[in-house]
Amino acid sequence: MSNAGYVRIALILAAITALEVSTYYVDFGPLFMPALLIMMAIKFVIVVSYFMHLKFDNKLFSWVFYAGLILAVIVYVVALSTFHFFS
Amino acid sequence: MTADTHADEHGSHHTSTGLSNNKLGMWLFLGSECLLFGGLISTYMLYRGRVGAGPRPSQVFDIPFTSVSSFVLLMSSLTMVLAVSAAHKGDDRNTYLWITVTALLGATFVGGQVYEFTAFYNEGMGFTTSLFSSSFYVLTGFHGVHVTVGIIMLMSIVGVMKRSKVPGSKAETVEMIGLYWHFVDIVWIIIFTLIYLIPA
Repeated sequence: MSNAGYVRIALILAAITALEVSTYYVDFGPLFMPALLIMMAIKFVIVVSYFMHLKFDNKLFSWVFYAGLILAVIVYVVALSTFHFFS
Repeated sequence: MTADTHADEHGSHHTSTGLSNNKLGMWLFLGSECLLFGGLISTYMLYRGRVGAGPRPSQVFDIPFTSVSSFVLLMSSLTMVLAVSAAHKGDDRNTYLWITVTALLGATFVGGQVYEFTAFYNEGMGFTTSLFSSSFYVLTGFHGVHVTVGIIMLMSIVGVMKRSKVPGSKAETVEMIGLYWHFVDIVWIIIFTLIYLIPA
């Protein structure tokens, strides 16, 4: 990927961040939480895929990283559930 | 051309997977870091409502200030990827330049965090004031320490590269530090949303 491509990606990330911050000032109603979580996930995937080159690298690296991430999510969702966090 | 020289030029030695062991090791480390930060974030989520006699999150958080800090850290990811790109092209001058800019942006972020912690403390939110404050300081403090370690690694690699004492491929070494730096950035992406923007 060219340097101009990286700058474009950074501009997209900056725009999403600005949108995230706008939720603090503008009432998004019931869309507030899902919108923030989706924007967070998009930013996460963009950085991992393009800045960390996981999209273009060997799939084994993706497996290793996402295995740790998914394991963490499962472990802590279960842990939080036992404390009735979601109810 | 010796086998070692050939391996160095491609940034890896011959391995059973055909991949760089250094890179695989770094990705394994980052995968394990997900569990560390997952634990800290979960603990904060559980305790963020337990404020006791101390201030509530919404009373102390300064969203405009933290938004600027987040933007600074996000832009440091751009400068880091430009440093990695320059290193792969063998452009030492731009590699040093972008690494230094990344370290400065990281230092700005850490400086902002120190300012934020001081402001919170002055508003009556000490480390042991409540479960919320303890879990908040541990989570964001751990992240701040990671950023600081990243800055030390960035400045060290500039010094080592200038003395031409980098073992193996320079580009791969810069890339490893870059992966760590981007990981610190993605952790902040999560912290900024879950801790600061979503109210308790």
